[in-house]
Amino acid sequence: MPDGFKMLEKEHIAPGIKRVVISAPLIANKAKVGQFVILRIDEYGERFPLTLFRWDSEKGTITLIFQEVGVSTKKLGMLQVGDCIKDVLGPLGNPSEIKRYGNVAVIGGGVGTALMYPQVSALRKAGNRVISILGARTAELLLLEGELAELSDELYVSTDDGSKGYKGFTSDVLKNLLNKGERFDYVFAVGPILMMRTIAEVTHPYGIKTVVSLNPIMIDGTGMCGGCRVTVGGETKFACVDGPEFDAHKVDFRELMNRLRIYIEEEKDALCVLEENFQRFKRDD
Amino acid sequence: MTKLSPPPQLMPKLRVEERGRYFKEVALGYTEEQARAEAVRCLHCKVPRCVEGCPVNIDIPAFIEFIREGKFDEAIKKIKEKNSLPAICGRVCPQETQCMGKCILGVKGTPINIGALERFAANWEQRKGINKPQIAPSTGKKVAVVGSGPAGLTTAAELAKLGHDVTIFEALHLPGGVLMYGIPEFRMPKDIVMDEVRYVESLGVKFKTDVIIGKTITLDDLFKMGFEAVFLGTGAGLPSFLGVPGENLCSIYSANEFLIRVNLMKAYMFPEYDTPIKIGNKAAVIGGGNVAMDAARSALRLGNEVTVIYRRTEEEMPARREEVENAKEEGINFLFLATPVRFLGDERGWVKKVECIRMKLGELDETGRRRPVPIEGSEFQVDADIVIVAIGQKPNPLAVRNKGEVKVTKHGTIVVNSETYETSLKGVFAAGDIVTGDATVISAMGAAKKAARSIHEFLMGNK
Repeated sequence: MPDGFKMLEKEHIAPGIKRVVISAPLIANKAKVGQFVILRIDEYGERFPLTLFRWDSEKGTITLIFQEVGVSTKKLGMLQVGDCIKDVLGPLGNPSEIKRYGNVAVIGGGVGTALMYPQVSALRKAGNRVISILGARTAELLLLEGELAELSDELYVSTDDGSKGYKGFTSDVLKNLLNKGERFDYVFAVGPILMMRTIAEVTHPYGIKTVVSLNPIMIDGTGMCGGCRVTVGGETKFACVDGPEFDAHKVDFRELMNRLRIYIEEEKDALCVLEENFQRFKRDD
Repeated sequence: MTKLSPPPQLMPKLRVEERGRYFKEVALGYTEEQARAEAVRCLHCKVPRCVEGCPVNIDIPAFIEFIREGKFDEAIKKIKEKNSLPAICGRVCPQETQCMGKCILGVKGTPINIGALERFAANWEQRKGINKPQIAPSTGKKVAVVGSGPAGLTTAAELAKLGHDVTIFEALHLPGGVLMYGIPEFRMPKDIVMDEVRYVESLGVKFKTDVIIGKTITLDDLFKMGFEAVFLGTGAGLPSFLGVPGENLCSIYSANEFLIRVNLMKAYMFPEYDTPIKIGNKAAVIGGGNVAMDAARSALRLGNEVTVIYRRTEEEMPARREEVENAKEEGINFLFLATPVRFLGDERGWVKKVECIRMKLGELDETGRRRPVPIEGSEFQVDADIVIVAIGQKPNPLAVRNKGEVKVTKHGTIVVNSETYETSLKGVFAAGDIVTGDATVISAMGAAKKAARSIHEFLMGNK
């Protein structure tokens, strides 16, 4: 909108993962936990969603954490402090249902761990006892461990390769806690689809209310394209306006996984073109 | 009649072989000679029925007369007295059921091609530079217009001419609404839309893109920001689906998604533009309206073999005749009296076949068309690796979803006073598809003009 969405800070926080602070006063003013924005980096860019990590209504800024996987996230990562993002729309989606549940587990995997932060913070504030379970492929990809340790009542860490914490998945950690007699009134999970599906499978027999935050392919983010449709409890929902958070026990994860792969081939082509045009964006960072 | 009337002038079109895989505009527009020759045919009826047929009541015989005389600047001025966006209306209005449908020449022969003449006048002006109309002295009143499609642009232009300070809020990154995201380049060139947007801007209207009312800013905020009236022209952009099994398989698109990718995001220029679109071998388009034709012709240009599946017959198709003809000329297949009952995919979740059931026409329904009835046991399968569902759009949900105050019907359309276009909330007005459900560009503009008049009265009585 008016003054441009200027990048004010940029930081490498892990290999391929960056944190950026963007000037977006109107969005910062309205943002709530669980909501997302749609970005378009430049005139040629596609529209894509990123969940809000932090926002500051006084400074008029929003903070995003993203992994550079496709053309758009790579382009975002190439921008420098002082550059403007062409478009940022938001806050979109429904806010998380934050209330006093009691004993809560917040679980994040991969870049999803960044989104645990606002959840843990809000759930703690609402009077919950929060156990955080943080997982990544390997130790150097663990995000915000220190921050989460400080915020949470308890923090567990797992890595697929055992380079830090428990060797295995976050779902194993959750399973172990449940086996040891820990009881949860609410579980929130955000991360790779497979992880969220497994968490849902673990909590289902216990009847624990489990919510996942989905990030399907979207264009407008306002209910117009239907590209983000997911099957929840046998009904088609639009993640952008009906979600992005849904009851994990009702989500058709298999369909979601298929739909996330629709443009894998095209994405490869686009990345090649981006490499070729690298000169256009090339500014070392 | 003793006098032999001059022959009608056909709209020149791009040859089929030149259309190919390009998105260039198909209708080419009249030359000056053709326009004047067509204008000569007007009989100048005492009671011009064409004017009655026009939702914004343009003085059609008067502008045609100016074209005949070669006074093109007078012609466009005459049109713009009633219609701020003639380059758009000249292209996408269903003239055959409106002005031209009423033309007396049509009774026995070919009606005047009023649409082509309007388009000619608009193009002529755009080429030589647009004249700014007279703008009333500033009233000091601020109006917010939500949505920059046909309804929003019209309301904004009308209110700006009356001296109000108008700001348009648009959720997408470009203004124009359905003209930008929905109607393809080959029917509504985006440069022309941008010219019309710039014209509205030249009247003093401010555009704020990337703002979604109800999320970025609420209706309450708008009033707090000093806007004294709000116009909601948020349109019908929520795609309908069939609700049959398999509809969420990969490469099944809503027409909206397909067209947004192609038009707004320029996926037909992927990978120069980053937004991809799936290209298959056989595409099936479900539906029989203008949106279905737009989707089918876009899919064809991307390199698909295209079949349109429609549950009634050609006669009942809601699409404009001209568009159906264009689609046929270009080689699109039609499968009438059939509707999908499910979609079948492969093990990786990609659509492969559409299972349809044959239909027959039964009793008349509430729309006055014969209702399609499935013929039991007549299921058959059609190969398709791309499917586009184009069976209609419902009102956009967001502007009102978060507000309890604006009364909506069970269909999601906004309830308005039929005289004043005011909603259940004081100072908030609405018109266009958000009120009527999905309809035409010109009907939205007609209603928007009346709403603008009513907003003006509201503001001026609101001292």
